[in-house]
Amino acid sequence: MKITLNNREEIFTSDKLTIAEIMDLKKFTFSKIIVKLNDIFIEKEDYDKTFVKESDNLIILHLLAGG
Amino acid sequence: MNFEDIKKILKTKTVGIAGCGGLGSNCAVALARTGIGKLIIADFDKIEESNLNRQYYFYDQIGQAKASALKTIIQRINPETIVESHTILLEPANIPSIFKDCDVIVEAFDRTEMKEMIMKVISNNFPEKHLIMGIGMAGWGANNLFTDKEFGNLIICGDGVNEIREDNPPLAPRVGIVANMQANVVLEILLGKNMNQIG
Repeated sequence: MKITLNNREEIFTSDKLTIAEIMDLKKFTFSKIIVKLNDIFIEKEDYDKTFVKESDNLIILHLLAGG
Repeated sequence: MNFEDIKKILKTKTVGIAGCGGLGSNCAVALARTGIGKLIIADFDKIEESNLNRQYYFYDQIGQAKASALKTIIQRINPETIVESHTILLEPANIPSIFKDCDVIVEAFDRTEMKEMIMKVISNNFPEKHLIMGIGMAGWGANNLFTDKEFGNLIICGDGVNEIREDNPPLAPRVGIVANMQANVVLEILLGKNMNQIG
């Protein structure tokens, strides 16, 4: 499947992956992360239950303290 | 657009600033100087001496509530900017009512839990509003790392890598850069892209 991940086109061989699987594949290993799928905020406990499919828009951002 | 045209547009706009520390105080001052009509600012905290290395406060304001001290500063800079200040801990229950009338909202917290919280609350309650976050500003130097990234209505300013730690503290120049980048993004949203500018 082809999706948009952080404004870039990404192609995965599988046509259905959870957010947790994508994080694993793309090495998003930080502890503090925020996720939006098609502009909807996704809770941490739903990362392994929420499926990403063809042409979805996924945003995975590392949060850093400071301000 | 000349400055009078710019001020005429900005005078009708309201910007919310969530947090009045290094990001919030510097961002609010930049927006007041450009002539924003109204600022809604909120922070629960009081000014400490350790804040003065980066926050837009004065030695004689130590001990005062940040939100009201910032209002005083803004009124001295531009009395035409209306400032609504809230000395309150921002949380999911009060954020929607405090920021509902804002055209744009600036995230200016230090802790990641708070950054995550406001991003979620704004996304769930006001998906149409722009939220401008500051991520990555600790230390000094490395000007070339700063960028802004647009993800729909979520815009991230900062270097994206430098988290504050004991051995990588936040300092005035880099925190001020990110605060002013956030103010600059606010202007771009409110005024549109600048057609008279190169780049």
